[in-house]
Amino acid sequence: MADEMKTPLLDELEKGPWPSFVTDMKQAAQKKQSARDLLRQLEQSFVDKIGHWKHGGIVGVKGYGGGVIGRYSDMPDKFPGVEHFHTMRVNMPAGWFYTTKALRQLCDVWDKHGSGLTNFHGATGDIILLGTSTEHLQPCFDDLAEIGFDLGGSGSAMRTPSACVGPARCEWACFDSLDVLQTVTRTFQSQLHRPMFPYKFKIKISACPNDCVAAIARADLSVIGTWKGNIEIDQAQVQEYARTMNIQTEVVDLCPTKCMSWDGKTLKIDDRECNRCMHCINLMTKALRQGKERGAAILVGGKAPIVHGALLSWVVVPFMKLEPPYTELIEFINKTFEWWDEHGKMRERLGELINRVGMGKYLKAMGLKPLPQMVKRPRANPYYFWREGVQ
Amino acid sequence: MATRTDFGPPDYRTMLPPIIARNYGKWKYHERVKPGVLKHVAESGDELYTVRVGSERLLSTDKVREICEVADKYCDGYVRFTSRHNIEFLVSDKSKVEPLIADVKKRGWPVGGTGHSITNIVHTQGWIHCHTPATDASGIVKAVMDELYDYFGRMDLPAYCRISLACCLNMCGAVHCSDIAILGIHRTVPKLNHEIIRTKCEIPNVIAACPTGAIRPDPANKSVIVNEDRCMYCGNCYTMCPGMPVADPQGDGVSIWVGGKVSNTRSGPAFSRLVIPYLPNNPPRWPETVAAVKNLVEVWAKHARKHERMGEWIERIGWERFFEIANIPFTEQVIDDFTMAPETYRTTVAFKW
Repeated sequence: MADEMKTPLLDELEKGPWPSFVTDMKQAAQKKQSARDLLRQLEQSFVDKIGHWKHGGIVGVKGYGGGVIGRYSDMPDKFPGVEHFHTMRVNMPAGWFYTTKALRQLCDVWDKHGSGLTNFHGATGDIILLGTSTEHLQPCFDDLAEIGFDLGGSGSAMRTPSACVGPARCEWACFDSLDVLQTVTRTFQSQLHRPMFPYKFKIKISACPNDCVAAIARADLSVIGTWKGNIEIDQAQVQEYARTMNIQTEVVDLCPTKCMSWDGKTLKIDDRECNRCMHCINLMTKALRQGKERGAAILVGGKAPIVHGALLSWVVVPFMKLEPPYTELIEFINKTFEWWDEHGKMRERLGELINRVGMGKYLKAMGLKPLPQMVKRPRANPYYFWREGVQ
Repeated sequence: MATRTDFGPPDYRTMLPPIIARNYGKWKYHERVKPGVLKHVAESGDELYTVRVGSERLLSTDKVREICEVADKYCDGYVRFTSRHNIEFLVSDKSKVEPLIADVKKRGWPVGGTGHSITNIVHTQGWIHCHTPATDASGIVKAVMDELYDYFGRMDLPAYCRISLACCLNMCGAVHCSDIAILGIHRTVPKLNHEIIRTKCEIPNVIAACPTGAIRPDPANKSVIVNEDRCMYCGNCYTMCPGMPVADPQGDGVSIWVGGKVSNTRSGPAFSRLVIPYLPNNPPRWPETVAAVKNLVEVWAKHARKHERMGEWIERIGWERFFEIANIPFTEQVIDDFTMAPETYRTTVAFKW
């Protein structure tokens, strides 16, 4: 037994200053056979240079079609503890804030039912409870429900939406990203828990153009904070910054629209020409504040490469006020779901569908008027429709 | 008892430290006091200190409880995590900041990841828990962060530098807009198991899953044929059909992409671009990958102007100059031949030697 626990390759990853996941795995391995066999199977992967999980597997809890990722070892005889080793995706609280009481309750549930290994957090934002057996799934979910934690999304469903820290701890939040996140998540519980869409659908919410949750890169529907109106300038604070920073070279010269000037005494902004990129505000947060009319731009179509290549989200609503109960946003999401569900082929993300049928059709279905803010530049080809006919 | 469903996540308002609940939406400004420490000041005058700590992301319940212990001791029982897997200890009492830092350092937890540093690497599951990986995730991340450790605790780089890792083209971590992306890739065509394809796979869906049209039906066999010349080894067919595994110990490895970003600052969001098409899977410490990432960080840090992200620096000097300065061979794989390739070809004779 002692011999079998030798993991010379993984032991190498306990060296060095960065915290080691191997140490965590060894901690869990002291308590759980499943964690012990996970460690041993991973060592095998390090030797073989290949993963040792079988393809897929459908498991779940009562009433839901997702939230659990089925996983089975392809070497169950050698590593019986991970013969089944399913992951539970648990929907995190908005902003990833926790009381230690809630975290300890999660740990208690997971020590009772699973491997004792977690991710804080998975790439989508969920709490990941890594590895349990089929018979523990339902009792584990029941115990999670008892402490107020529900499952997240998986498969061809709305995936667990996530948001930046927002107004909880950031002066740049243009709307309440946590409240929007919670409202969206609670409104679309059925779409989250019961995969019925053509493919996955991701919603990510960043409260300013810095986009701390990478909404533009990975969300089918990206909500990104922005504002209208003039940037407020506190000239005295600008002077303070001037003591430690070269305002001309670090701020003014790097402004993408060249709408700023600095004469050593006064900072001027031609607000009509500002495109609200955040560079100057990021650098001089004490001196500059976003304009008063705040809201978000809504973009659609972002995704990673599978199947037809990666896309960044496209602006379709340049400005939307976001105030409770967020009716306009909820309706927008509903309409988009409906259009995509009706027209999307199997495993076709929203961006790929729009690319296939044309942006014009999506805009028309959504009742959105064409605006120059939607494009980088107009088309350069003469192949356009005149669908309304010629009068 | 009927199982309760669809109740959604816990209300975030029950998880907020009192100082945050009190000043919610009323923050005035923040400062980076030193690497790993932020100070947020509210309209009310309240001051909140955040101590950011790097984590391995894969946490045992023991480690989570240890985090709770620290949060109880210094933060009245509240803690949060960031979108890049860091832990944030939120301190309302300034006198507790230094003791907290001393405490976590004693535990071997790194403090940093703020401002112009290299913060934690967003990553996926890899061999630990994924069924389609082309490489491991946690192992490479640990090896790279060991090498870049000093940059986590400093803020003297030209700008932010976001490193991300995805263990296959599915890119759970959406790494394709990072300053440096480490992406697991396959290099061999799927190995067909006709028995499994016949009995377990929906052939039209498998054919539709191929982005290059390399898969066609084989009616005589009730299976499929793969046109090997057209296959780009994306592994999407395997996602649809367990009879077409594409993972291969010799074929699989790592590719390196640079110059992406997500923020709208200055130049706007951008995709990362391929610069190194293949490095071998070399566990446990992936020395070739670690060296490649380190080289990219160092070359950028040496040549970029202040506030220039990796991609902004490269766009200024030109990609032809970048390959020269970074001493990276320019290979045929770097020239795009997928769906939107023409927009990457040079359409001017203004270029450098």
